[in-house]
Amino acid sequence: MHALSVQHLSKIYVNGTQALKDVSFAIEAGDFCALLGANGAGKTTLIGIVTDLLKKTSGEVKVFDHNIDFKFSKAKQLIGVVPQEFNFNIFEKVQDILVTQAGYFGIDHRKARMDSEVILKRLGLWSKKDSASRTLSGGMKRRLMIARALIHHPKLLILDEPTAGVDVELRHGMWDYLKELNQQGMTILLTTHYLEEVEQLCRNVAILKNGELVTYDRVYHLMQRLEKEIYLVTVDRIQDVGSIQKFGPMIKEENTFEVELSKSDVHDFILKVTEIGMTITDFRSQGHRLEKLYLKILKT
Amino acid sequence: MSTFIAYQTIVRREVNRFMRIWLQTLLPPVITQTLYFVIFGKFIGSQLGQIGGISYMSFIVPGLVMMAVINSSYSNVVSSFFSSKFQRNVEEILVSPTPSWVIMAGYVTGGVVRGVIVGALVFSVSVFFTHPHIFNIFLIGIFILFTATVFSLGGLANGILARNFDDVSIVPTFVLTPLTYLGGVFYSIMSLPVFWQKVSLFNPILYMVNGFRYGFYGVSDVSVIASVFILISFTAILALMNFYLLKNGIGLKN
Repeated sequence: MHALSVQHLSKIYVNGTQALKDVSFAIEAGDFCALLGANGAGKTTLIGIVTDLLKKTSGEVKVFDHNIDFKFSKAKQLIGVVPQEFNFNIFEKVQDILVTQAGYFGIDHRKARMDSEVILKRLGLWSKKDSASRTLSGGMKRRLMIARALIHHPKLLILDEPTAGVDVELRHGMWDYLKELNQQGMTILLTTHYLEEVEQLCRNVAILKNGELVTYDRVYHLMQRLEKEIYLVTVDRIQDVGSIQKFGPMIKEENTFEVELSKSDVHDFILKVTEIGMTITDFRSQGHRLEKLYLKILKT
Repeated sequence: MSTFIAYQTIVRREVNRFMRIWLQTLLPPVITQTLYFVIFGKFIGSQLGQIGGISYMSFIVPGLVMMAVINSSYSNVVSSFFSSKFQRNVEEILVSPTPSWVIMAGYVTGGVVRGVIVGALVFSVSVFFTHPHIFNIFLIGIFILFTATVFSLGGLANGILARNFDDVSIVPTFVLTPLTYLGGVFYSIMSLPVFWQKVSLFNPILYMVNGFRYGFYGVSDVSVIASVFILISFTAILALMNFYLLKNGIGLKN
């Protein structure tokens, strides 16, 4: 079953901007899918349509087979959304925000208080349950947004840049939690600008460019499309590079050069460098592989 | 899902909101209306004769209660809804399965509760100045509830359509206040020239104030049946309008 199915989805804003152009893709139930694209590519518009914050111009959207044109209420019951910007009442207390949200989903007050305790404890916010949300740190606010999206136990969790501006430690903590939710069977759709996040978490990736879907594939398959990778090689001293000239080394700084190699060339390259009497002191991949592929896809 | 729980949630949130800031929401209208009682009722009213067989102070009590109900119910809903829209936490409801009519009913109930509480407080204060007679408590209840509902619905429509804070203050300043002051709160339209009497009949607040006053003293400048009809008509029209706005996301969803 598809957790989310989008067919020929288009959106034209009243000012004439076409944010989505005939976008079609489907996410399997239980998947962890990334939605990538530059700013303005249409990611937030797509999420807005799926969550009923925006009206589509044309096309069809189904959430677990519930067409949003006819059964939006049932579809919404299955969706939890974490928007890009903080949108809770800044004067409300942390636990009250969750209990109120649960109420909108028809969950009674007592059950909502019990469920919110479990979620707040899991996300490390229990000690702040009686604090006004405006007093929380940025990271806590992000976690509160996730907690609020989970209070009605959705089957599809949509996160719009949930780790933006979050420190590394907290980001890794969030990753662990999202992995845990996915392992429990929750389908997750994630938009992010951190490609490392996609590589770490997601099985599939959809890439939007100017409102069009340009790629929808497994992350693994995309990685295989990378033929070559750029490495930074540091040696004890740079000597005559004639025999490694065919690899096209470019000297970047003293004793360090950059070279682009396919996986099969790596062994050969190291042998040649050693043969000419240089000792490799450092050998590392430069930059993020998926990031390079992503940029390549966007440029084409 | 239980729509009743969703409705309860909105009402509880709305009531908690205005009770938490009672110094801004409940006290000011009581103070303002008390000043009206003192200045218009006591100081000026003592120099005036009776209107329709009742003292001027007693005459203005229903109008001043109604004025407080109108302003409180309208401002409660418009400010609450617009600030939710402005802070974007209205999205919490929009992404939920809560039906549009429940959202409308929840916000309107919040406005009605505040309007009725403020009305009761102002009426309680009036007892210190005069002893209002009660002719028909049923009609008093009908008029106060329907008037609070009409203006809560009006506030909701304003909140949905408002794009900035100016839009929120335009209607109360340029429409509600003049209509209320000219709606027979302080005078009987019978004291006006015939032409202005006829013009006054186009003011819906006149019917609400007079219908409410009829519940106290059994006298009215206009037909009470016409007043009830106008109240029900406005309630129905505004309810349909709000439902249409919410259902189609006008002012909320691009």
